[in-house]
Amino acid sequence: MSTHLIGASVRRKEDKRFVTGKGNYTDDINLPNQLYAYIVRSPYASARINAIDSRAAKAAPGVVAVFTGADMAADAVGSLPCGWQIHSRDGSPMVEPPHPPLVPDQVRHVGDQVAVIVAKSLFQAKDAAELLEIDYTELPVVTATPKAVAENAPKVWEEAPGNLCFDWEIGDQAAVDAAFAKARHIAKIDLVNNRLIPNAMEPRAYIGDYNPATGDYTLYTTSQNPHVIRLLMGAFVLNIPEHKLRVVAPDVGGGFGSKIYHYAEEAIVTWAARKLGCAIKWTAERSEAFMSDAHGRDHVTHAELALDENGRFLGLRVDTLANMGAYLSTFAPSIPTYLHATLLAGVYTTPAIYCNVKAVFTHTVPVDAYRGAGRPEATYLLERLVDVAARVSGIDRIELRRRNFIPSDAFPYQTPVALEYDSGDYEATLQEALKRADYAGFPARQAAARSRGKLRGIGFSTYLEACGIAPSNVAGALGARAGLFEAAQVRVNPTGSVTVFTGTHSHGQGHETTFAQLVADTLGIDIENVEIVHGDTSKILFGMGTYGSRSLAVGGEALMKAMNKIVAKGKKIAAHQLEAAADDIEFSEGKFTVSGTDRSKTFADIALSAYVPHNYPLDELEPGLDETAFYDPKNFTFPGGCHICEVEIDPETGVVDVVNFTAVDDVGRVINPMIVEGQVHGGVAQGIGQALLEGCAYDSESGQLLTGSFMDYCMPRADNVPPFQVGTHTTLCTHNSLGVKGCGEVGAIGSPPAVINAVLDALAPLGVSDIEMPATPHRVWQAIQSARSAQAA
Amino acid sequence: MTTTVSFILNGQPVSADVEERTLLVSMLREHLGQTGTHIGCDTSQCGACVVHLNGRSVKSCSLLAVQVDGAQVTTIEGLAEAEQLHPMQEAFRENHGLQCGFCTPGMIMSALDLVAHNPDPSEQEIRHWLEGNLCRCTGYHNIVKAIKAGAAAMRQA
Repeated sequence: MSTHLIGASVRRKEDKRFVTGKGNYTDDINLPNQLYAYIVRSPYASARINAIDSRAAKAAPGVVAVFTGADMAADAVGSLPCGWQIHSRDGSPMVEPPHPPLVPDQVRHVGDQVAVIVAKSLFQAKDAAELLEIDYTELPVVTATPKAVAENAPKVWEEAPGNLCFDWEIGDQAAVDAAFAKARHIAKIDLVNNRLIPNAMEPRAYIGDYNPATGDYTLYTTSQNPHVIRLLMGAFVLNIPEHKLRVVAPDVGGGFGSKIYHYAEEAIVTWAARKLGCAIKWTAERSEAFMSDAHGRDHVTHAELALDENGRFLGLRVDTLANMGAYLSTFAPSIPTYLHATLLAGVYTTPAIYCNVKAVFTHTVPVDAYRGAGRPEATYLLERLVDVAARVSGIDRIELRRRNFIPSDAFPYQTPVALEYDSGDYEATLQEALKRADYAGFPARQAAARSRGKLRGIGFSTYLEACGIAPSNVAGALGARAGLFEAAQVRVNPTGSVTVFTGTHSHGQGHETTFAQLVADTLGIDIENVEIVHGDTSKILFGMGTYGSRSLAVGGEALMKAMNKIVAKGKKIAAHQLEAAADDIEFSEGKFTVSGTDRSKTFADIALSAYVPHNYPLDELEPGLDETAFYDPKNFTFPGGCHICEVEIDPETGVVDVVNFTAVDDVGRVINPMIVEGQVHGGVAQGIGQALLEGCAYDSESGQLLTGSFMDYCMPRADNVPPFQVGTHTTLCTHNSLGVKGCGEVGAIGSPPAVINAVLDALAPLGVSDIEMPATPHRVWQAIQSARSAQAA
Repeated sequence: MTTTVSFILNGQPVSADVEERTLLVSMLREHLGQTGTHIGCDTSQCGACVVHLNGRSVKSCSLLAVQVDGAQVTTIEGLAEAEQLHPMQEAFRENHGLQCGFCTPGMIMSALDLVAHNPDPSEQEIRHWLEGNLCRCTGYHNIVKAIKAGAAAMRQA
């Protein structure tokens, strides 16, 4: 049969359970004889633990056990591992401090895990926590990124002098110096990429279970990558062999990176389940999420761009301080390095680039990947800097970008910072975005706004990013301690329906639909006869999970490889039955046909005969129709595009209203436009959130988290964002068979500089040339007042 | 101290012994096994727990279970009839008004209260109404679209 679903906005197969309240999230699961864990966290940012008296807590009603770091240490529980090792420019490895799941001696951020209370009910566990006596001695605190490297800054770790984790570089410094020496114009910028708190709507939750009779462990977890958790927790922390450890990530309510990492509480509930021989559930409260989920961004950067007299970019120099927090989270060191500095060419032909990144420890929650992960930081600094360069050189912002675009006929294009781009057409996405945003009509809209007393501005971002991190051997050479392939198993059932087991994980991305579209079209079967299974290590042979917009580009490709094997075997079975040579069998639209004839077998016929092999080439072929494939990508994919933001600012209040937002992205081949647009919408909303609303704040004296709830941390709400104009312009990825690039992060990567460039465009007539994210009404109002007083002076 | 709380849940009488400090959302999830109502925060900001109490939307995290004794409570589980989705549920599905699905039950229950009072809400009215419901996935674009479409379908029903 013919389906032709690739490219169609197929409605999602997963939605029925979600709109009826029948999703199955971790906290919805309850196991027999389940106990409840409550984690006692440090109220201090930096303190020595002198003593813990748990006698009263242990005696409280319903309490089954109280465990501390000493108990875990006595069991030789390992440190939470870091999955990426960076070397400093002097060749020395990064400083990698220990990260015990329960800290035994010294706490290093507010929210650090100190003890766990296990009780028959959550109320009882929380009540008992009030009785736990912990004697602390407070120690000096450093939270702000620039202060961490100041002389005499309090030390987070003895083994990290100057709080330096690593001092890394990339690029040709001498070539950049030479470029600056001959520059006509130099643009400079200092900026902060504000710390963000991911806040997936489902808080993290875990259930550890242990069966004393068999020695089997099960962990239910809100994870984006259950196999990675099995590997990290089993091999490095709890010493559980993989065949005795099942990790299940059922429906997961959003991740955005924050659910990639192996968290302390996963190890705590699993270890405690073994100690007590039962199931133990822990669910984060939102306040705990704020102080224990890995945060994102937090870069402080100085950057300079050298231009010639025609506005051609000659060289780029970037110095970044990146905050790692108190411990190294799972992929933290890779974010400001290989996922940030390698993107600094952006869409431009800048021939010489040098970047130095110093990563620092502070008394804050660990920082790791959050939607975009390094690439938003690179895009923000580059696109802000290009606007500064436009002002310095007097060349129009759009014209300056165009002059420096990598031309569409220059691919493959080798950048000076390691990456080789395979395809793109930046002029095309710019053109399309200008058209959709009605750029030609902007002056009239600006004038109309002025007559209403509003300042209207427009901002651009022409960006590029890298997805589907790869290949494994290259990543390994750069410090990755894991492979970055993906696995898929295609099981054709006897009556011709198909069950796919994928190592990627869907926590909102709609893989159950997109992957099913691929299967339906490739095998020519009804999409209703396709089931996509993910998130359970007992069902799926292996997988690296979902992050970095990798699922389709890497996982989808593994699926295609497995289906190719199915078709190849099907041809052999068909050849036997049709008495033809396998080479003469064609497969299309769900039929195996002897080429040039009308003799054929349906996919379902072949499936049945594979399991009922009465008329079957048993001498040559095994029965069954079930194939597995692993795919290791040849290169990153490189989505890119143009985002255009239009804002109106009320000069009396400083309120910024995003009135139009246009995104035209090249995400490669689009399998499901509805899902792609939804991914872009969500990413753009997070980007607008970063630009205007969200900012994690710590008190610099006490190290207390000031933005510890939705009352203090401003999440984007429905009336903070406009309807979005979203479109795609496709150039195919050249190194995967689907031609796909990835769409999960483009929205969050491209949008923040477009918003801030729009704000600065609106404020330019007042003489404002810089503003920090988030550009809150307070900051905007202050910028306006400072500019006015400066002009008056 | 436990107390017995009884009310009508999705048209059926229910009853459970709960600690007096138990929130309605916890009673629904833990004692009555109705896990479609979610908990996304602890400051009554996110709206994942919205249910209907005597026909009006409320955040079930900001009510004690004992407060609803004798009342009528409707949750997301009470909307669809047999296999037939409620028009608002269908509109969310049709318009891709959900991604991870976690905020969705609260969004739908909140939207139904809006439409009950304003059968043809404008985009601005919808966005304003959703102030108490957070979504991190969709950027709200398709949620707004879904609620408009759901309201239209309900007007025709």
